[in-house]
Amino acid sequence: MQTPAPCGYERATSVDGALAALAAHGPTARLIAGGHSLLPMMKLRLATPEHLVDINDLDELAYIERDGDVIRIGAMTRHVELQRSALLAEHFALFADAEAVIADPVVRNRGTIGGSLCQADPGEDLSAVCAAIKADVVIRGPAGERVVSMDEFHVGPYVTAVADGEILTEIRVPIRPGAGSAHEKVERRAGDFAIAAASAAVWVGGGTFADVGLALAAAGPITVDVTRVGELLRGQPPGEELFEAAGAIAAEDCMPMADTRGPVDYKRHLVGVLTKRALRRATARALQQEA
Amino acid sequence: MQVTITINGEEVTRDVEPRMLLVHFIRETPGLTGTHWGCDTSNCGACIVRLDGQAVKSCTVLAAMADGHEVTTVEGLERDGRLDPVQEGFHEKHALHCGFCTPGMMMASRALLDENPDPTDEEIRTAISGGICRCTGYQNIVAAVRWAAEREAEVKQEA
Repeated sequence: MQTPAPCGYERATSVDGALAALAAHGPTARLIAGGHSLLPMMKLRLATPEHLVDINDLDELAYIERDGDVIRIGAMTRHVELQRSALLAEHFALFADAEAVIADPVVRNRGTIGGSLCQADPGEDLSAVCAAIKADVVIRGPAGERVVSMDEFHVGPYVTAVADGEILTEIRVPIRPGAGSAHEKVERRAGDFAIAAASAAVWVGGGTFADVGLALAAAGPITVDVTRVGELLRGQPPGEELFEAAGAIAAEDCMPMADTRGPVDYKRHLVGVLTKRALRRATARALQQEA
Repeated sequence: MQVTITINGEEVTRDVEPRMLLVHFIRETPGLTGTHWGCDTSNCGACIVRLDGQAVKSCTVLAAMADGHEVTTVEGLERDGRLDPVQEGFHEKHALHCGFCTPGMMMASRALLDENPDPTDEEIRTAISGGICRCTGYQNIVAAVRWAAEREAEVKQEA
């Protein structure tokens, strides 16, 4: 039987209350949201928080809404809500692509976007999704609120810019014209973590790429933001040869490790293929050519 | 800490350690052992129950997190001595062999039908994809859920 180590527990009823609880218990306290990363780690004693602050009652952090030219996603939004959101489907179709292959529907009822991002597992899909669409995240702490880019957010494997005593409250995604996006993943079996996955977002204007974001999951020690792909594609008209070249760059720039999911050369090859597919699909969506 | 969870309509109160998992609370306190404790890693789905109506894996929820909430287990499917159509379907279509995955499969299926009374086979397969059957009985589980959906449609029409 796997049992977490003894710990304390309390339920927060507001973000301020959660921050106060974290402050009172110091760095050995942890927030628990959906719990589908933290509890398994606690059972394996890979995580041994001395005090849990349950934030499942914070409905104030469960929303997906448009505010002018920004989509705001509350950190406690569950996977199932991301998958079903009409607003996200309209502007960032890659959320539904990714959510269809994140764990299984029962896990998706519970897991949250904030929890997924803060777990910062390099194999986790939503970190790549948010990096590709160039999201910002809002972090609140005792000193107030700050907004950081996904690039600044990803500090290392399982480490983010969210410090002890702080809470991730919101994900902000700017809406820009001509957007299309897609997430492509290959896994060993239904619901598994990726062998590799690619998130692509493109913004097309006047027949050329105004901007491109390409990020990879399970292709390195952290989420890999392949900035060279954006550099290559910006200002160019969409085309199959470009996607081919982008795939080659992504295969070169990723840093996969050999593990039970496959050797390095296989993963690099897979990253190239998935990058090409994701860019192709994202572009088709941007051009509204997708059937 | 003291937690009170309403399980199948009855309040159950007990002092627990905060680290206690919901699956153990359900099995030990009211003694409802229909909910199975399987892989312990939220993979196998034998422990699926409904928490405020939503299907969840009870090995990955703390009992403390369910304090003040409502849980339905496989024992709660039967009403007044009558089996739920999902249970009847599993019986009619031979959807279990060893029975270990069955409670989770039934709870995930019931949650599906409550939301989508006429699912396609593909939708059924997706809904039960959080459960693992090692007797390789998925074919008959899908048939059982279809049977239940059709039975419920018939009953609705009769009424």
